[in-house]
Amino acid sequence: MKYIDEFRDGALARNIAASIAAEAEPARRYNLMEFCGGHTHAISRYGVADLLPPPVRMIHGPGCPVCVLPIGRIDLAIQLALEQRVILCTYGDCLRIPASNNLSLLKAKARGGDVRMIYSPADALKIAQAHPGREVVFFAIGFETTTPPTALIIKDAARLGLANLSVLCNHVLTPAAITNILESPEVRQLGTLALDGFIGPAHVSTIIGSRPYEFFAEEYRKPVVIAGFEPLDVMQAVLMLVRQINEGRAEVENEFTRAVTREGNLKAQALVSEVFELRRSFEWRGLGQVPYSALRIREAFAAFDAERKFSLETRSVADNKACECGAILRGVKHPRDCKVFGTVCTPENPIGSCMVSSEGACAAYYSYGRFREIPISAAA
Amino acid sequence: MSKVRPNYVRPLDIRGGHVDMSHGSGGRAMAQLIEQLFAAAFDNEWLAQRNDQALLPQPEGRIVMSTDCHVVSPLFFPGGDIGCLSVHGTINDVAMSGARPLYLAAGFILEEGFPLAELKRIVDSMAAASRDAGVPIVTGDTKVVEAGKGDGVFITTTGVGVVPPGILISGDRARPGDRIIVSGTMGDHGMAVMSQRESLAFGTDLVSDTAALHGLVAAMIEAVPEVRVLRDPTRGGLATTLNEIAAQSGAGMLIDEAAVPVLRQVEAACEFLGLDPLYVANEGKLVAIVPPENAQRLLEVMRAQPLGRNAALIGEVIEDPHHFVQMRTRFGGKRIVDWLAGDQLPRIC
Amino acid sequence: MCLAIPVRVVELLGESTAIVDLDGIRKEISLALVDGVQVGDYVILHVGYALSRLDPDEAERTLALFAALPSQRAVLTA
Repeated sequence: MKYIDEFRDGALARNIAASIAAEAEPARRYNLMEFCGGHTHAISRYGVADLLPPPVRMIHGPGCPVCVLPIGRIDLAIQLALEQRVILCTYGDCLRIPASNNLSLLKAKARGGDVRMIYSPADALKIAQAHPGREVVFFAIGFETTTPPTALIIKDAARLGLANLSVLCNHVLTPAAITNILESPEVRQLGTLALDGFIGPAHVSTIIGSRPYEFFAEEYRKPVVIAGFEPLDVMQAVLMLVRQINEGRAEVENEFTRAVTREGNLKAQALVSEVFELRRSFEWRGLGQVPYSALRIREAFAAFDAERKFSLETRSVADNKACECGAILRGVKHPRDCKVFGTVCTPENPIGSCMVSSEGACAAYYSYGRFREIPISAAA
Repeated sequence: MSKVRPNYVRPLDIRGGHVDMSHGSGGRAMAQLIEQLFAAAFDNEWLAQRNDQALLPQPEGRIVMSTDCHVVSPLFFPGGDIGCLSVHGTINDVAMSGARPLYLAAGFILEEGFPLAELKRIVDSMAAASRDAGVPIVTGDTKVVEAGKGDGVFITTTGVGVVPPGILISGDRARPGDRIIVSGTMGDHGMAVMSQRESLAFGTDLVSDTAALHGLVAAMIEAVPEVRVLRDPTRGGLATTLNEIAAQSGAGMLIDEAAVPVLRQVEAACEFLGLDPLYVANEGKLVAIVPPENAQRLLEVMRAQPLGRNAALIGEVIEDPHHFVQMRTRFGGKRIVDWLAGDQLPRIC
Repeated sequence: MCLAIPVRVVELLGESTAIVDLDGIRKEISLALVDGVQVGDYVILHVGYALSRLDPDEAERTLALFAALPSQRAVLTA
């Protein structure tokens, strides 16, 4: 697969690994946070950690929209399916998230809720057109990558005068989340979380460009390297961060030049501004209330806002007391540090958000990496 | 003079008719359905007797029996349908013990309203699969449920076979040092079916690999009776099957990602949907575990068979008290190939 | 966090849609977010929408960077 396979080449991986090993100073520590869940997944799935030298430590960040989706918001979707009897359209990622009352969207489907998995927001539009007598709600999640398509279907619905389609909007913003981490006590004051640099998200950056990260580099003096989606991209970004740290630089560099520019996708940005506006505050699972971190649908498109249409009130639902997802999402703790990891909390029975999504730190570690801690003897 | 023929029974309207409750009632309508649709297609000496059971000759050897329920949706997919799938599936389950499949039984649960034309397509497909495999459907049953209580048609097939003397093939027999071989490309069936699913649909030449594997198995165990484990990686794919065997045998496994054969289109389709081919269903492939000294010979024998052309050695069984299935990735790192929580779901993240 | 893949545009359809191909798998997607896409271009595809065009020259440059030989310079300890 062109532009995919070449960026997964094992020989090149060893080459970059050799460079990292040569340039990472043994007495120094390089604590690098990969913000994006897709990167967490790539690092785990390809065993990138095996190729990094000891001074380099990867910390998983909160860039997983499923992981940070509060239980209260899923409850709303379930309520719409079971009580208002809408056709509830959702991406596959959300189906198994455990919500209140031992329910999930999948379980709501089993109870008779019309929950449909879709691949694209355009499918929700098609379903609404095919069922004019039914209310159709699209459960929209995602960072800036996924927001422009949602904006497009809202505009299309307006243009077509579709009265039966609305969107339950949970779109969140990357820069706000990065600020939240950098402002957290563990980073800012206590110094318990040493954070030396960021690997910036791949596809979010195709939309927002590299410019928004310049603020972090300047204000917080942390280097940022935007990395492509493939494991070689991640490794090259690690090398670029190691170099910046060695040279005392704190700049925004772009490894994903084949798809990301400084300005980003201006057309997509304009579309998003037209349809959405900032919420003053939004609750993130594990991070609490984060100011100016999420979007809601503008007044002009109120007819397509499920929250207004169905007078929805979001309840804040606390996580299990034993759950360490908050600390894990902020990079302060490792899944290993959580008392319920791998015992009570597993991918089959996820307690917290980090275990629910396949790219959540706990799920990724459980599925791909937990064997590392356990001595296994291999045949010669 | 009346022109009405005495004893005239209007033939089943296969082209335009639908299943209705009378077809399950045990009366004339049901007898007609069986006669003109099922028995006509499956046609053999046992069904011709019109008994509720089949009287079979004494088998020579240890009997193996297996049963499978089929609820696949959509009923018709590129490369096959629920009919041939149900025949192949049970033949394969029986064959995975090393047995030669001898007879099949088939039970149908039909939904009221299901078009007879589609039922005929399915039944004809089963008949062809059964004939080609040389395994007759000797007895069966049919019931009808009300509209809305079934998915068109559910089929259950049961198969019996006989294991040749000296053959002992079982999931708990894998030992450290044994080699792991797959008979061909992984993930074809699951992605072919997925390509038809509303909303996920994509254009592709991919077809299901559904096939009866008993011929391949017979050739394998004739040349290498030392084969320890055979299993067909259906639901949950290769990863699930390897984990099952690892748990049963109390061992671990180490496989090589680069060695697992996967069609380029299957890889690409998986990329689109965020799926891992290792967890995607197969319906015409098997996994074989064999002592290291027999591996090369087994590979040669498999590759000489039409259904084993792309057989590949993908790894080995190792000591591991935790029964992990580990994989050396194409990239150079190592990871585990774990059990799945539930079905693999397409993702956007 | 966002699963997106580079795919090749093989046919332009009306209304800002196109057919893309990845190793024989074809899908109809929307080009509403990206202007000036031609047949033969590669785009980054996410949930049925092209997000940006892929720059083949930059891709080559990046691959070349991966192949750059490891530095031979000695590392000075602190």
